[in-house]
Amino acid sequence: MALKPVETLPEATVLFAGDSGDGMQLTGTQFTLATAYAMNDLATLPDFPAEIRAPVGTTYGVSGFQLHFGSIDIRTPGDEVDLLVAMNPAALKVNVERVRIGGTILVNSNAFEKRNFDLANMNSNPLEDGSLDKYRVIQVELTRLTRETLKDTGLNQKEIDRSKNMFALGLALWLYSRPVEPAQKWVAAKFAKKPDIRDANLELLKKGYHFGETTEQFVTRYEVTPAKLKPGRYRAIMGVQALAMGIVAAANKSGLQVVYGSYPITPASDILHTLSRYKNHGIVTIQAEDEIAAIGTAIGAAFGGSLAITGTSGPGIALKGEAMGLAHIIELPLVIINVQRGGPSTGLPTKTEQSDLLQALYGRNGDAPMPVIAASTPGDCFEVAYEVCRIAVKYMTPVVLLSDGYLANGSEPWLIPNPEDLKPFNVKFADKPNHVVDDEPVFWPYLRDETTMARPWAKPGTAGLEHRVGGLEKHNGSGNVSYDAQNHELMIKIRAEKIQRIQAEIAPIKIFGDPTADLLVVGWGSTKGAIEAGVTRANEAGKKVASIHLRFVNPLPSDLGAVLSQFSQYLVPEMNNGQLVKVLRSEYLLPFEALNKIQGRPFGPSEIAAKISEMVG
Amino acid sequence: MSDKNPDSKPNNGRKPTLPPGMKPKGAKPPSASKLPPGMKPKGPPTAKPEGPQGPAGGDGASKATRADFSSDQDVRWCPGCGDYAILATVQRLMPELGVPREKVVFVSGIGCSSRFPYYMNTYGMHSIHGRAPTIVTGLKSARPDLDVWMITGDGDSLSIGGNHIIHIMRRNVNVQIIMFNNQIYGLTKGQYSPTSEIGKVTKSTPFGSLDHPFNPIALVLGAEASFAARTMDRDPKHMKEILKRAHDYRGTGFVEVYQNCNIFNDGAFFQFTEKETKSDRAIFFEHKKPLTYAGGTKGLRLNGFSLESIDLENGNFGIDDCLVYDETSRDLAGIMARVYWRPDLPQPFGVFYREDRPSYDDLLHKQVQSVIERSGKGSLEKLLSEGETWEVS
Ligand code: SF4
Repeated sequence: MALKPVETLPEATVLFAGDSGDGMQLTGTQFTLATAYAMNDLATLPDFPAEIRAPVGTTYGVSGFQLHFGSIDIRTPGDEVDLLVAMNPAALKVNVERVRIGGTILVNSNAFEKRNFDLANMNSNPLEDGSLDKYRVIQVELTRLTRETLKDTGLNQKEIDRSKNMFALGLALWLYSRPVEPAQKWVAAKFAKKPDIRDANLELLKKGYHFGETTEQFVTRYEVTPAKLKPGRYRAIMGVQALAMGIVAAANKSGLQVVYGSYPITPASDILHTLSRYKNHGIVTIQAEDEIAAIGTAIGAAFGGSLAITGTSGPGIALKGEAMGLAHIIELPLVIINVQRGGPSTGLPTKTEQSDLLQALYGRNGDAPMPVIAASTPGDCFEVAYEVCRIAVKYMTPVVLLSDGYLANGSEPWLIPNPEDLKPFNVKFADKPNHVVDDEPVFWPYLRDETTMARPWAKPGTAGLEHRVGGLEKHNGSGNVSYDAQNHELMIKIRAEKIQRIQAEIAPIKIFGDPTADLLVVGWGSTKGAIEAGVTRANEAGKKVASIHLRFVNPLPSDLGAVLSQFSQYLVPEMNNGQLVKVLRSEYLLPFEALNKIQGRPFGPSEIAAKISEMVG
Repeated sequence: MSDKNPDSKPNNGRKPTLPPGMKPKGAKPPSASKLPPGMKPKGPPTAKPEGPQGPAGGDGASKATRADFSSDQDVRWCPGCGDYAILATVQRLMPELGVPREKVVFVSGIGCSSRFPYYMNTYGMHSIHGRAPTIVTGLKSARPDLDVWMITGDGDSLSIGGNHIIHIMRRNVNVQIIMFNNQIYGLTKGQYSPTSEIGKVTKSTPFGSLDHPFNPIALVLGAEASFAARTMDRDPKHMKEILKRAHDYRGTGFVEVYQNCNIFNDGAFFQFTEKETKSDRAIFFEHKKPLTYAGGTKGLRLNGFSLESIDLENGNFGIDDCLVYDETSRDLAGIMARVYWRPDLPQPFGVFYREDRPSYDDLLHKQVQSVIERSGKGSLEKLLSEGETWEVS
């Protein structure tokens, strides 16, 4: 049998979708691994339901995993889907609109039956009613083929049916000419103790792969050649892993013990899960009784001289507000991680949103500014986590790190960093009196460093430096409780000025795209990939546009005003109802235009590019 | 008390329960409030010895005194407040414990009592309302070597901080908790608290409060407390003994102190604390000793699952009929804790319960150590490149 012709593509987007129990996350992860082996650049986006075990066959139980890969620079999990693998009618219904016209839809045709149409609230069979005419539909009897393949294995029906994702994976690997070995290796290791399941999965992988070659339905297969990534050693990394490793790096370089206090909440829990495995890296984790207790334990640890971190999402950050104010006024180092999700209230727990920027900037009683630093890609979470720890200690302040659901669960190839290349992280605890009163040496906990305005950090256990801190206003210097009117105003200004001085830590702004353009796109956080890909597309289409991306939203970079003045039109895309745009308008009094997407999904480059076209004409 | 209106007067609608013939005590601050200026140390001892050395830390030359533990801040409680006696007792106890001053940390929440850390010349934090248990849990998790005391009140720990107080109990973090119970909100000027008796007329309840009060000892026992005791501001000797026992206990040593708020709830505990009625209305019980009170003329015996008072003088009962208390018995602790504002029984003071159970901070660090022993000290390089990696050239 002659091999089928191979067409080379610059990039492709694949989406696996099925019931929560269909193993779509696993299928997606294994396809990602094979793609990494094929040396493509990539970005992924898992998309799971809020319910743990939603009823089988329903639209709200659909779980998906999207992967965008290419020989070119890949910045987002993809706009339009080239291949949708739909395990049942509900998965098709939820995702069909994301498939590009002319794209391929591979369905498990055995699942397209009356009962499943009813469960998904569908009136007719989409495979027959003409609604899929715009697409190339490939019907594969996944259930039947799986049962047939495994009929002599002794596995029961349930075990057999659960394995059909392996057939689909094998077929998808064949279609995009991915190596099948990484998945084989994984299966062999994962089911080493259950040889019958292992062999069944391996058999299905192989059958799926060969099915592509033999079936009449595929005329061609595709190939995506390796991307030109910077040389070095790579691994695929999810944002949450990168973030946890950034914290380990901070512990390692500073010599501080990390105490991570957290309360389970989606999607931030994965940080707790990850860090709790790193005890041998000097990391203590506390699962507290609630969100307030979580930050309370961190503040207690910070007072004790540890690198204290708390993490949460959405509603959790609202509960931490009062304690964040305490950390601000007592001026202890503390990292507050917010893995943002759709809000308000419980909102969309499993979906991504840049929901809490204003909350991070202003959500406390009194004037209580703190640095707000946002990660922009899954891999960037590593460096940002390291930076926020360093800045918290250097400036003796709580710092907010903003991540989001997409960054936490999304993945990309990551050039493994060399710890030697990280900025130095020096910690100096106070060890002697720093002031004289009535000819006696004393320790004043609120005397400041001239450059950073940080106060000294004196650990309990240090003789002679006994001191009290608290939420009441304190006298500048001695730290004693003070209700003096002038002193209060001075302290508010001093604490604000200290945060402002963190500008010294911000790298000069890099302008992406065409610096001679009139239109500047300004972004922050996880929209970076979509914005830069959108700008690139617009530039390639002959449109003049540039973009900048803010890692620090507070303080804003000192050169931001000057950069903005080089442009005359401004676009601020955000996955919220317009938050950064308000800050920029009030700070710079320039005509910033908002582009908002609040659908629990990241922007695609085409959405950014379309808006750019509209603005530059 | 500077954020309290100095003109504020007790609510006239409230009738303090005074023992017969008792007048409210005059407004005279105990000596803790004012120390001779020379006795207040500023900064470190002038001749600093090598190594970890504190005022109580070793050679006889630097034997610590109460003054070493008093800060230079003016104490700002209302004159006559029961808080003074607690502060004085703690400051007197400190040198006896032999813990160097720099190793001691006082952490509080919000309320009158929570100003306490400012007056101790140790490390300290005046945190936010109800959250001190979370702060000390984090502090001890980070620094099990420190001697941590938590100061709280009935509103702070049982109302806004209710969730945290129960969880620190079950975790058994190795700290001492002193809960000042005055059955009223003092700092916010006299609203009823979660321990106020039902029907309490206060500013916020002009027609009487409707909520049933908490019984703090029963509450913490229900939350799996491993050490629970009660004492009173008017008996410094007993208070000191109990606080010392809480300190010696490795785990959460919870001590409820009946504290008179002479401004907003004067005399709330007088029937137990003042000498006219104390001997009849209070019982000071001890481990392995028979339960007797009223100068040994009365006792408590078990009748089924309840305690009843017996007369030891009328010839019907003797000391052998009295229940011998066992503070390690959860069952007896449950029965004793339920003796609460009973007209027929004296209010118990002493250690209700003590259980040998590993503390949270000990377990935490043991676990970290065992992981390190099992898998070796973590290497950052190894962690960064774990899992599937590939080379791009
Ligand atoms: S508890 Fe009562 S007496 Fe004591 S300081 Fe507070 S208001 Fe004053």
